[in-house]
Amino acid sequence: MTRTRVRGRLPVGLVVPAVIGLAFLLVPLAGLLVKTPWTSLSTLLSAEVGEALRLSLVCASLATVLCLFLGVPLAWLLARSGLPGRGFLRALVTVPLVLPPVVGGVALLLVLGRRGLIGEHLDAWFGISLPFTTAGVVVAEAFVAMPFLVISVEGALRAADPRYEEAAATLGASRWLTFRRVTLPSVLPGVVAGAVLCWARALGEFGATITFAGNFPGETTTMPLAVYLALETDPDAAIVLSIVLLLVSVGVLAGLRDRWISGPS
Amino acid sequence: MTLNADLRVTRGTFTLDLGLTIAPGEVVALLGPNGAGKSTALRALAGLLPLTSGHITVGESTWDGADAFLPAEKRPIGVVFQDYLLFAHMSALENVAFGLRARGTRRDEARAEAARWLGRVGLDGHARTRPRSLSGGQAQRVALARALATGPSLLLLDEPLAALDASTRLQVRSELGRHLADFGGHTLLVTHDPLDAMVLADRLVILEGGRAVQTGPPAEVARQPRTDYVANLVGLNFHRGTASGTEARLDGGSTLTIPRPVDGPVHVVFPPNAVSLHAARPEGSPRNVWPVTVDAIEQHAHTTRVRLDGAPNVLADITTATLADLRLRPGDALWAAVKATELHVYPA
Repeated sequence: MTRTRVRGRLPVGLVVPAVIGLAFLLVPLAGLLVKTPWTSLSTLLSAEVGEALRLSLVCASLATVLCLFLGVPLAWLLARSGLPGRGFLRALVTVPLVLPPVVGGVALLLVLGRRGLIGEHLDAWFGISLPFTTAGVVVAEAFVAMPFLVISVEGALRAADPRYEEAAATLGASRWLTFRRVTLPSVLPGVVAGAVLCWARALGEFGATITFAGNFPGETTTMPLAVYLALETDPDAAIVLSIVLLLVSVGVLAGLRDRWISGPS
Repeated sequence: MTLNADLRVTRGTFTLDLGLTIAPGEVVALLGPNGAGKSTALRALAGLLPLTSGHITVGESTWDGADAFLPAEKRPIGVVFQDYLLFAHMSALENVAFGLRARGTRRDEARAEAARWLGRVGLDGHARTRPRSLSGGQAQRVALARALATGPSLLLLDEPLAALDASTRLQVRSELGRHLADFGGHTLLVTHDPLDAMVLADRLVILEGGRAVQTGPPAEVARQPRTDYVANLVGLNFHRGTASGTEARLDGGSTLTIPRPVDGPVHVVFPPNAVSLHAARPEGSPRNVWPVTVDAIEQHAHTTRVRLDGAPNVLADITTATLADLRLRPGDALWAAVKATELHVYPA
């Protein structure tokens, strides 16, 4: 506060919108907590809720693994390969970030659907059909969440000093060995942060999932879908599902607090 | 197995054009100001930068040439980088073992060999220490052990002592000298510190503007500099001129009397402590005497170095007693005198 006095009063033009903004973000969450039927909570935690939660956690985790497998090498390619047109590729990678997820779901259907460009062959040759299956949920979530991972890892890679990789090369390490033993460990915090963001995004995924994978309880009904459905028939159940999702999200934030929340004060 | 290199690299407006031969066991220092192309030469030898033209051969094998390029990981080299670039997530031992593992040594053998190298550089108790917990001198020794552990045929040292403080530097320099004496391969030391180069190298190559301007054993380079940069490094007054008989007409237009008759283009050097300063024109025979004005005064440990403008410009080292006598200030007019016998004159 001494600092405030030295530098004059805080400008009203900044403080008022800031406080309104803070309220805008926090009041809905508070409302959720206030409206929760805490006393009857245990009876509302039905088998369907458990099923949806299990499905959500499994799918989000599988989607994150898929994103790690594909996204980390993609981030490396963007940051290190010296490939021509990297800037354009990077812009393309971020498209799913700004794309409405429903559109993403439609696009996935067009490509991987049973009549889709690739889906047709998957069905004909291997008898694999992704839409309206649990695997489809994973694909839809990964599609929407992967840019978060790629951007986070690429940022970490670009911040990492490439001369360490040169040092590894002078010691006889191939690029693959260098990546595994030198580059990856040095950007591990970025990979972890990216994976957590990716996982949280996948957990909350709604639009692409319902479009591409539909809504079959026990198979493709994840938590966000269950919340939306419950809201029409049983609002209390929707609140309980929302509270569970809120707790999981806050848990993720808590896990990331060192990185994202406690910035320089 | 002599290393033979003709390094030509063009980057934008800068061109490196350097011929380099290093015999087995020889330590060559590449000495030059910032931007002279030292790092470019080192990177080209390491395989981190392909040559634009020219070649690098070691014995029978070609590392870089018209139709062959061996990437860094295939060259038998060891590099000590200026800031060491130790891998922060590995212990000292794992850092040293890394090169052996990368080249296919079995894990336990690599670790045993790495431990021997840590012992050899005097870091027995630090096998498990992470780089960030090592002192500057210790980190430098780990970097040296890491570079030597794979038994390279070419050792490249990039300003290996630049990151150390003065007291550590002295000790690490003499240790480095011992390891270089034991090392049977070719060594190239890149530095801008003349002392490192003089103490550690068998031969100096002075690089300026991408070209070698002088090469020779340290003692010869120190005695007979051929450029202002080298003269400045070794702390000598340096002038170019044309001699006829016992008179040398310097490029600036002034003349100096020289000890022995010579004819043709020459370099004239003399140490700053051979210059005496006087308030009035001194009397006496075969002396070079000319008027000067004080430009700057620098205090060193036991002497005072005075930078003087005149024809020619000159550096003079004077004692503190003389300084007190003359009460020098920038702008003061004085007379400089140098005995002809103090001048060292050699053909340009």
